Amino acid sequence: MRHSDLTTALTDRTAKTFLGILFGAVLIVALLNLLVPAESGLHVSSYTVSLLGKYLCYALLALALDLVWGYCGILSLGHGAFFALGGYAMGMYLMRQIGDRGVYGHPTLPDFMVFLNWEELPWYWHGFDSFGFAMIMVALVPGVLAFVFGWLAFRSRVTGVYLSIITQALTYALMLAFFRNELGFGGNNGLTDFKDILGFSLREDSTRVALLIASAVALGGAFVLSRWITGTRLGRTVMAVRDAESRARFLGYRTEHYKLWIFTLSAVLAGIAGALYVPQVGIINPGEFSPLNSIELVVWVAVGGRATLYGAVIGAILVNYGKTVFTGVMPEAWLFALGGLFVAVTVFLPQGLVGLAQSLLKPKRQPDATDKEADHEPA
Amino acid sequence: MSLRDTFRRDQVFGPLRPGTRPVRPGQLDTGGKHILYMEDITVSFDGFKALNDLTLYIEPGELRCIIGPNGAGKSTMMDVITGKTRPDTGSCFFGQTLDLTRMSETEIATAGIGRKFQKPTVFPEHTALENLELAMAGPKGTWQALLQPVTGQQYDWMAQTLETVGLLAQKNQLAGALSHGQKQWLEIAMVLMQKPRLLLVDEPIAGMTRQEVERTAELLQSLAGEHSVMVVEHDMEFIRSIANTVTVLHQGSVLAEGRMQDVQNDPKVIEVYLGETG
Amino acid sequence: MPRVLLLIFMLLGVAGTALAQTSAAPTDDAGQTTMASPDGEGRPSESVAPGVSKEEALRTSLAKFKSRDFDVKAEAIETIARSGHERGEALLQALLDRELLHDLAGDRIVLGEQADGGWALRDPISEEDVGRAEARAARPVIINNRLRQQIRDLKSVTALANPNPLNRREAARRLVGNTDPVVLDALRARQAEEANPLVKGVIDTALNIAVLRDPASHLNERLNAIDAVAGSLEPAVRNVLRDRLAQSDAAAERNAAERALSKIDQRTERYETADTLFFGLSLGSVLLLAAIGLAITFGVMGVINMAHGELIMLGAYTTFVVQQIFPDGHEWSLLVALPAAFLVSALVGIVIERGVIRFLYGRPLETLLATFGVSLILQQAVRVIFSPLNRSVVTPEWMSGALEINPIFSLTYNRLYIIVFALIVFFALQLVLKKTRLGLQVRAVSQNRGTARAMGIRSERVNALTFGLGSGIAGIAGVALAQLTNVGPNLGQAYIIDSFMVVVFGGVGNLWGTLTAAFSLGIANKIIEPMAGAVLAKIMVLVFIILFIQRKPRGLFPQRGRAAEE
Repeated sequence: MRHSDLTTALTDRTAKTFLGILFGAVLIVALLNLLVPAESGLHVSSYTVSLLGKYLCYALLALALDLVWGYCGILSLGHGAFFALGGYAMGMYLMRQIGDRGVYGHPTLPDFMVFLNWEELPWYWHGFDSFGFAMIMVALVPGVLAFVFGWLAFRSRVTGVYLSIITQALTYALMLAFFRNELGFGGNNGLTDFKDILGFSLREDSTRVALLIASAVALGGAFVLSRWITGTRLGRTVMAVRDAESRARFLGYRTEHYKLWIFTLSAVLAGIAGALYVPQVGIINPGEFSPLNSIELVVWVAVGGRATLYGAVIGAILVNYGKTVFTGVMPEAWLFALGGLFVAVTVFLPQGLVGLAQSLLKPKRQPDATDKEADHEPA
Repeated sequence: MSLRDTFRRDQVFGPLRPGTRPVRPGQLDTGGKHILYMEDITVSFDGFKALNDLTLYIEPGELRCIIGPNGAGKSTMMDVITGKTRPDTGSCFFGQTLDLTRMSETEIATAGIGRKFQKPTVFPEHTALENLELAMAGPKGTWQALLQPVTGQQYDWMAQTLETVGLLAQKNQLAGALSHGQKQWLEIAMVLMQKPRLLLVDEPIAGMTRQEVERTAELLQSLAGEHSVMVVEHDMEFIRSIANTVTVLHQGSVLAEGRMQDVQNDPKVIEVYLGETG
Repeated sequence: MPRVLLLIFMLLGVAGTALAQTSAAPTDDAGQTTMASPDGEGRPSESVAPGVSKEEALRTSLAKFKSRDFDVKAEAIETIARSGHERGEALLQALLDRELLHDLAGDRIVLGEQADGGWALRDPISEEDVGRAEARAARPVIINNRLRQQIRDLKSVTALANPNPLNRREAARRLVGNTDPVVLDALRARQAEEANPLVKGVIDTALNIAVLRDPASHLNERLNAIDAVAGSLEPAVRNVLRDRLAQSDAAAERNAAERALSKIDQRTERYETADTLFFGLSLGSVLLLAAIGLAITFGVMGVINMAHGELIMLGAYTTFVVQQIFPDGHEWSLLVALPAAFLVSALVGIVIERGVIRFLYGRPLETLLATFGVSLILQQAVRVIFSPLNRSVVTPEWMSGALEINPIFSLTYNRLYIIVFALIVFFALQLVLKKTRLGLQVRAVSQNRGTARAMGIRSERVNALTFGLGSGIAGIAGVALAQLTNVGPNLGQAYIIDSFMVVVFGGVGNLWGTLTAAFSLGIANKIIEPMAGAVLAKIMVLVFIILFIQRKPRGLFPQRGRAAEE
C-alpha cells in the first residue's frame, strides 16, 4: 500500500523525469537569452522567454484542472475564473507599483480611476501596494470563492453536467461583472501598462527570465504537491468519489468534503497560475473570464490525458504551441483546428496522448504492482 | 514499548470488538431487544407506494433473509435504512437512539451499517487492496486521509480479509478487471472492513459459481452472531441453505415472517411468490 | 407548480386583454371611415376665393419664399396649407426636407435634388424637369425652428381630416399642448364633427390644456378642465398640471391639480408595470424559443448540445440568405425562411448526431466537449463564409411599428409576434411529442432505451430524428431572433448559457418547466433591470439560479421516482 509523503513524491521516477525536463528546458532558455548575444543564431528572444513563461502558467492551470476533473471527475467549466481572479490580484499589485508614473500622474489612483473621476481608492484596493498582501490574496480570493461555491454545490449534490453548467454560469457572471466600470477593476480595458514588479522593470530581460523561472518553480512545486496528494489515501478517496460516489458515501466518507478540499486546492493553484501569467503578458482584462477560455482549458487536459498530471502539462503546452503557430500562419484555421481537436479527442482519444502512449507501450503495469507491494511497510 | 506501539491508531480508532464499539461513542444503544426497528414506513414515488406501512425488526446477531417478487420494495427498504431514501412516514431506529431517518448516508455508515449493493459497486480504478483500505473502519476526514499512512496491523487485517474472501492473490489487480463474482466478494470484503454492526446484503450470489455460492453461504453464516445480517436474495435454494428467519415482502409490506418451512407453506406466500416461480 | 402556472396564465391574460382592446380599435374605426368625409372635400379651403385658379394662388404663395423675411415665409406656409391644392402637403414636406430651392438664375422657386455636383430642377407643381443649376446657382429655402413647427402643426391640422381614425388620433396627439389660436380653431372645428370617441378624447385633452394654458380663462373653466384631463397620460397634461400646481393662486385649483397628478401617477405606474411585464414576456419568449430545442435534446435525450446556440445562429443566417435570394420579398420571405431554417438546422443537427454524438451516448461530459468543438467549427465556418461582421435582416413592414395603447404604453409588433410565435412553437412541439408516432417513440426511448429497442423501435433513427427536431427548432428560433438583433457569428454564444439556465431551472425533461422558467426568468430580468441596470440584472439572475440549483438540484419541476435516481 503506497502512501506517499513529500520526499517520495519528489524522488519517484516520474517526478524526477518531469522536474528534470522542466528545469533543464527553462535553464537552457534562460542561459540562451541572457548570455548569448542577440546577433547569434542561438540567442533566444525575450519574446520567446515570455511565451514559454506563459505556456508554463497555462500548464499550471491545466494541472489544477486535472486535479478536479481527472482525479475527482468534476468537470469545471469555470476554472478560468480562478485563474483570472489570481491574475487580477497580481494586476492590482502591479497597478499600485506604477505609482505616479501613470498618464495622469496621480500618486495613488490608477489611471482608469482618475479617468472615471474617482476621488479615492476603493476599500478593496487597499493593501495591494504590499507584495506580500497581494500574494496572499492571489491564493485567498480564488480559494475562498471556490470554497463557498463548492460548499454550496457539493453539499446539495449538484453533480455532472449540472455542475459544469453552473460553473460556466459562474465565470460568465464574473465576466459580466468585471466588464462594468463601476466595479473598479478597469472595466473593459482591465489592468495594464504595468511598470515593474518588486522594483525590477518588467521590460528587463533578467526580470522576464526570473518570471519564467518562478513559473517553472510554481509548476514543479504544484506537480510534486499534486503527486504527493494523489498518492495518499486522500487522493485515492478522491478518485473513489469520481468512480463510485455513492459507494464512498456508504463507506462513511463525507464525499462533499473531499470534493471541496480538492476543488479549493485546485482553485488556489489556478489563482497562482494567473498571478504569474499577468506580469508576463502585461495585461489582465475581463476576457480572461470568458467561458470560452475555461472550456478551451478543458481541451488541453483532454488532449494530454486525464489523471496523470503530466498529461495535462503536455497537453497545455502542445495545444498552446499549436495555437501560437496556427494563429501566426493562418489565423482563420485556428478555430477549425481547435474545434476539430475537441471532437477528435473525445471521440477517438478519450485517454489523451498519454493514454495513447501507454497503450502503445503496453507491458507497463507489472513492475508498478511489485513496487506497491514493496511499499506496504508503514511509513 | 516500541515507537510503533506508541503511535498505534488501532487502539483509538481501529478494529474494535462488537459491542464495545460505537463509532459515535455513547450513541448506539443496543440495550433493547432489537438492533433495527422499522415501524409503519411508507415511501411513495409519484403516487406509487414502494413501501406501504412496513414494519420490521432485526435482532442483534440475527441472519435474516428477505424475499419477495420484483417491485416488492426490497431495495427501497435498504435505501431507507441506509439513508438514500427518506420515508414519507414512519420511523426507523438503529439501536435505541439513532434515528436513521434524520441521519445522512455517511453518518449511518459510520454508525455501523454496511451495505452491499445489488449491482456490485467497487472502485474500478483501484486495486483490491486499495478498495479495502478505503473501506476500512477508522477516521474518514480529509486531513487524516492525507496525513495518516496505513499501519502494519491495518495492512495485516486487510490481507486477512482478502484471504477470507479468497482474493489475496488478486490484491494488486485493479478491481475493474476482476470477474463479476470476484467483484461481489470484494464488495463483501469492503463491507466487512467497515466493521459494521448490521450488514445489508443485496443479492450476494448473482454471477457466482456453485463453489462461490457455497463459500458465500458459509461466510454469511459465520458473520451472523457477531453481526446482524440482512440478506435480500431471489435464489430460494440459497435462502434455504442459510436462513433461520425469512421475511416475505409483497407490495411494500410484510406478507409473512417466520421459519423457512412455515413461510414456504403459507398459502398467501405460495400465491404471490412461490406460486409464481414454481 | 400550479401556482406558478397560474401566474403565467395571468400574465398571458394581461397581454391578451391588452391585445384584444387594441385590435378592437381599428375594426371599430373601420365602420367610422364611411362616415368621415371623403378625401379632399373635407379639407378646409375657405380661404381660396372662387374663380382664382388654385394653381395660380399656389404659385403666388410659393414666390413669397424668395423673401428673406421669416414672417413672409410664415404667411406663405399658411396660405399653401389652406390652398386645398393636392400638391400643398408635398411642397411643405419638401420645404422641411430642404428640397425646395430658390433658383437664382431663373429667380423662381423650384424643387431640386443634388445631382453631379449641381442641382436637378423640377417644377414645384407639375414636377416636370426644368433643367439644371450649378451648385451655387440655387439654394434651399431657409426656414427656422418656428417655421418648422408651424409646418408640422399645419400638417397635423390637415391630418385631422384624414379618413383613417388612427391617423386622426395621431395628428390630434401631435397637437396636444399646442396653444396656437389657428390650431385651436382647427381642433374646435374637428371636435364638433368628430365621431370617434378615441380621437375625440385626444382633441378634448388638447383643448382642455389650452384652457389651462390660457391666462384669461376663468377658475371654473380651469377646474372643469383639470377634472376632464385627470388620468390622461399625455405628457403635456402632466406638464400643464405641474405648472398650475406651482403657479395658480387659487387653492381649489392647486388641490384639483394635485389630485389629478396623483391619479396620473397611479395610472402611469400601472402601465409601467404592464410595460415591464410585456418586455419580460417578450424576453421570456426569446429564451423559450432558444431553450426549447435544448430542452428536447438535453431533457429527453440527455445530450448536452453546446452547439445549440450555433444552430440558432444558422437559422438566423438562413433568414439572411433567404432575404438575399428574394430581395423584393421582405414582406413574405419569412414564410420561406421558417421552413428553410428548420431544415438547415435540423440537417446540421442530424449530421452532428450521426457524426459525433452517437459515439458518446452515456458520456454526457464528453458530449459537452465534443459539441463545443462543433460549435467552434460552425462559428468559424460562418465567419469565413459570411465575414465576421454582423449582418442585418430587414424586418417586414407588418412587424415594425408598435401597437400604441396610450401615450406611455405601446406594444412593439415584433415583440408581440415573438411572444405569439414562441407559444405556437411550444404548443406545436407539445402536440408533436404527445400525438405523433415520433413523439411516442421519443418518449419511449428516453424512458427506457433497452425496452424500446426490444419493442422494435429503431432507437438509432429515433435519436437522429429527435436531435433533428430539437435542432430544427433552434433554427426557427434563429429566424425569430434575426428580427430582434443583428445576425453575427456570436449570436448563438449569447444565448447558450441563458438557454441552459432556463432548462436547468425548469427541470430537465419537463417542457412545461421550460416554459415557466423562460417566462419567469425573462420577467425577473426585466423587473430587476430598471433598478440595477441590464448587466447587473443578468448577473443577479445568474447568481440566483446558481443558488437555486443548490437548493433544488433538479429544477422547479423535478422528475421523481426510480428513473430519476440513476
